[in-house]
Amino acid sequence: MVQIRTDRGSDRASAATGAQRRPAVPRVGRERPNSGNFELYSWYFFRISGLLLILLAITHVVIMHVVNTVDEIDFDFVADRWSSPFWRSFDWLMLVLALLHGLNGARIAIDDYVRPRGWRIFAYSVLWSVAIIFLIIGSIAIVTFNPAAAVGR
Amino acid sequence: MVSNYRGYRPPQGMVSWALHRLAGLGVLVFLLLHIVDIFAVGYGPEAFNELLFIYRHPVFRVGELILVAGLYYHALNGVRIILVDFWSQGWKYERQMFQAVIALFLLTFIPTALLMLRPLF
Repeated sequence: MVQIRTDRGSDRASAATGAQRRPAVPRVGRERPNSGNFELYSWYFFRISGLLLILLAITHVVIMHVVNTVDEIDFDFVADRWSSPFWRSFDWLMLVLALLHGLNGARIAIDDYVRPRGWRIFAYSVLWSVAIIFLIIGSIAIVTFNPAAAVGR
Repeated sequence: MVSNYRGYRPPQGMVSWALHRLAGLGVLVFLLLHIVDIFAVGYGPEAFNELLFIYRHPVFRVGELILVAGLYYHALNGVRIILVDFWSQGWKYERQMFQAVIALFLLTFIPTALLMLRPLF
């Protein structure tokens, strides 16, 4: 199989660096970055947030799409859920982890596919703008929700 | 699996990787939509409840199943990636773990899908 290596790996065998560290071991997954702090933290964050999200997101899906269905979910349902600080905290933690995990994935996809320099700058700008804007509006939705005030609107 | 097909077969690692990326980006697109819809909850019951017609539409009900399928696959294959990365013996069982991912996916997704489709029965 012809392999095209970029600076960051794909789900295939290793480049020279991986082979030096662990000889004769085929690599899968994105190799742990061996230089630079940001890439290393991002690599660990991806995996740790992924594990936490299995718990958070699967629980969320089971409650919202299996135990209940979208027919039952409406304003009152959300107001009832968010009367509990536990579910607000749960949802906010899930929002932050899911958004950063997902956008980190998009960041790596951009790095893989978007090659021309101008388009890379554009794509990364959109990515970081989306990260900031969606973190803010998502947090506002969860933290500031007040059913009494919202009903009056 | 036995098959007489002798044409191109993508390597298993590529299939798992492509599905993982596709599922991840798909869930991300839904997450962004979901943040926008939940922002509407602050504008009161009329605004929010009216918006929910999107999710009750039959097209979205199919999309909802695809979303859950993508999430389950991404979660299970993510565990496999973590095991390959952090368990010293992981690379030896990479193929078997992918088969386990497929098996666990079917075992979890099929009952979930049947429960989600219960209004049809």
